[in-house]
Amino acid sequence: MADMKVYFDHNATTPLHPEVKKEMIAAMEMFGNPSSMHAYGREARANVEDARRKVADFLGAQEREIIFVGSGSEANNTVLSLFVCGSSQCIAGSKTRSTIITTKIEHPCVLETSECLAHRGVRVKYLNVDQYGKIDLDQLAGMLGDDVGLVSVMMANNEIGTIQDIETITRMVHESGALMHTDAVQAIGKVPVDVRRLGVDFLTLSAHKIYGPKGIGALFVKKGTPYCPLIRGGHQEQGRRAGTENTLGILGLGRAVEMRALEMPKEEERLLHLKRVLRRGIEERIDAVHINGHPIDSLASTLNVSFTGVEGEAILLYLDLEGIAVSTGSACASGSLDPSHVLLATGVDAELAHGSIRFSMGRQSSMQEVEYLLDVLPPIIQRIRDMSTAYIKGGLHAASR
Amino acid sequence: MLQAGEWAYSETLKEHFMNPKNILQGENTDDFDGVGMEGNLQCGDQMMVVIKVDKEQDVITDCQWKTYGCASAIASTSVLSEMVKGRTLDAAFHISPKEVALELGGLPDHKIHCSVLGDKALRAAINNYYTRNGKEDKVKQEQAKVICQCMSITDHDIEDAVLEGARTYFELQERTKCGTVCGQCKDETEVLLEKFKHIHFGA
Repeated sequence: MADMKVYFDHNATTPLHPEVKKEMIAAMEMFGNPSSMHAYGREARANVEDARRKVADFLGAQEREIIFVGSGSEANNTVLSLFVCGSSQCIAGSKTRSTIITTKIEHPCVLETSECLAHRGVRVKYLNVDQYGKIDLDQLAGMLGDDVGLVSVMMANNEIGTIQDIETITRMVHESGALMHTDAVQAIGKVPVDVRRLGVDFLTLSAHKIYGPKGIGALFVKKGTPYCPLIRGGHQEQGRRAGTENTLGILGLGRAVEMRALEMPKEEERLLHLKRVLRRGIEERIDAVHINGHPIDSLASTLNVSFTGVEGEAILLYLDLEGIAVSTGSACASGSLDPSHVLLATGVDAELAHGSIRFSMGRQSSMQEVEYLLDVLPPIIQRIRDMSTAYIKGGLHAASR
Repeated sequence: MLQAGEWAYSETLKEHFMNPKNILQGENTDDFDGVGMEGNLQCGDQMMVVIKVDKEQDVITDCQWKTYGCASAIASTSVLSEMVKGRTLDAAFHISPKEVALELGGLPDHKIHCSVLGDKALRAAINNYYTRNGKEDKVKQEQAKVICQCMSITDHDIEDAVLEGARTYFELQERTKCGTVCGQCKDETEVLLEKFKHIHFGA
């Protein structure tokens, strides 16, 4: 069975949807610059605007509210950076409302940008989360005030899948007079996202998480919202993001959201079933496991599990040898020395964070794959535990047995 | 187009990860002459090394281990256990993390710390053997005391960092990376920081 390939890392990235691939291959010859007035340019322009309409439709937005950018990280950097303007010429009032609120479980592109902004004089406040990864709304209410300019809360967490109530959060934020941004990179295409229902001012999405190409994302900016580009020097995207359009990527993104609109509604129930079987199988076949994330308000495709006494990178690499791709919150796999900041924020202790594995399924994931994983995983965990100091005299768990 | 590399690390490391040598079976260490354990689970690395010794020759005849840690940690303990067999206690005591990494066919920089615990656990096992056999005089104390287990930072390292200009806990962390993993050593480190500031700068 070692030749079986199972890709359970869809939160990292996804394969191209065959329809997206077809669309992009067909467009390979289209090289025109959308800014050119001649026929080549007009062809590219027409296709870029067509894709914009698709993305806008998918989000319930107007076309003018969609800005194509190079990645989800760029979109998030753009929104946060709006608030460091030294003068208040671009964004009226940004000097008096110079505090940003975000959470401890955001993607590093939000957290590190926030840290950088803090060095540049912006006040940044971080919301705590509970054991399931939900933010504390009372704490948010306490932080909101007339000094707060922007609140940025991710819609669904990439590591544990926990979904926040963005609609309620946005209402609270708007009542205090601040702007609301949500990083919806992991939520888009997995749960319905309607920017009018959510009420947000900014929303980030990325194509490669929804079976589109890498290197392209979009930022929704509600009409009338103050804005300042991160990348300047061109009139592209109505002067809101300079740089010649990534036409192929934009087309791919347009097709990707179209396919999501078709496939997403039928998919959730199926993925939820797979996740239930996976979770139950792990709990039944392996002892001393800890399920991370919210039991209900969570992405149907994401299951995060910690295995006591086992380090995650070892699990990941033994699974890789069996043809199964997953990811881990262990420090060792990340190139840093700290385990997952998300799991630590939920109060999981460092050892369990080191021993966490994220299984993220997608549109092609099957019951056969789940069953194969459930056959392969228990002996791997047992094998690692047999060589682990956690289960011997002087190891941490020896006393508890 | 390039294909996926065979493995994230070297072939030797892969072999030792796939088929680790000399894992201690069960948890009974009574048959061994020396036992050493280093690291902790919170840091993500813990290693135990047990040795059998030819008491006439002071030569290691068997070495087994348990490791909680990543692929590099597992493989470096495995390769270490092969390296020490047949060596004298004195020679084994001086095996460095560098030699272990070399034997593994190299380790990425950010993985070096995964291999340092193995030889520390080995030294602890050797010292344990000396103590058990009434050879306390041979016990070689690590001259410096390790304060931060995760990053293997000693009191000497902290003193050096203070001499080189670190005055706050944050600056100390920037220089030495101490306390950047589990953080359990923060209190002890801060006491030392104040002590060395006082000794050298009267602060």
